[in-house]
Amino acid sequence: MPDASYVGTALAPSAPYLVGREKIKEFALAIGEGASVCTDLEAARAAGHPDLVAPPTFSVTFTMPLIEGFLRDPAFGWDYSRMVHGDQSIVLHRPIHGGDELVTTIHVEDLSNRAGSHMLTLRCEVTDIDGAPVATTKSLLVTGS
Amino acid sequence: MSIETGPVEKGTELPPLELRVTRADLVRYAGASGDLNPIHWSDRVATGVGLPGVIAHGMLTMALAGRLVTQWAGDPSAVRSFGVRFTRPVVVPDDDEGALVELSGKVTDVADGIAKIAITARFDGKTVLGRAIAEVALG
Repeated sequence: MPDASYVGTALAPSAPYLVGREKIKEFALAIGEGASVCTDLEAARAAGHPDLVAPPTFSVTFTMPLIEGFLRDPAFGWDYSRMVHGDQSIVLHRPIHGGDELVTTIHVEDLSNRAGSHMLTLRCEVTDIDGAPVATTKSLLVTGS
Repeated sequence: MSIETGPVEKGTELPPLELRVTRADLVRYAGASGDLNPIHWSDRVATGVGLPGVIAHGMLTMALAGRLVTQWAGDPSAVRSFGVRFTRPVVVPDDDEGALVELSGKVTDVADGIAKIAITARFDGKTVLGRAIAEVALG
């Protein structure tokens, strides 16, 4: 049974995640994103970017492991093995680039029970190391009770 | 960025995209994303939890839907927001053809230099994403 007292709280901010240029290339290849600004540094710089541009859903590569860490913590009481992803939104306050150092804070927004399933909404606020907003993501996760 | 289709207005349709997803694509995405859930690569585990077989990562389907938008916009950095609801799984058979995902999209609103796009993603004749909406800055 998930612990409802987490709702409305935020976890401690993550350690900074260094966005790797090769990780962006690897992710772009995995999703078949062919834009040169994601794979070719010269092209990215020619288009006015400081480094490679991450595809719009790239943030999952560093937010999901943090979410998994929280959900596998027995203290919260979530059945990770039966979880499905209900919905996902990503707001990019600016593009994510190679070389960015990003800090993620998970906010436990909502927990409800519908038709025997637990429905959990987590919001990730992603900032640079100076605290400037970079992305806000929201995940609805569902698991059996 | 380059919008290739002339003036963008409500009703503008994006060039459709048909993509095939194979087991090899799932393995590659698992590695790139760090999502190693075995329902995306093990038939034994997938059928054991009641699925018809190995299914694509929801976030991979979302990323593929994103390609419809980035291809049209010309630059992935133009995407300001993107949201989807995962309504049906994309079942990926263990063969060379994989699963066919058909993507289409239409501009539903243009305001303050931002186009709102409603995306339709179909697999096996049925939609697999609900409320799939992207906001893209126009150049």
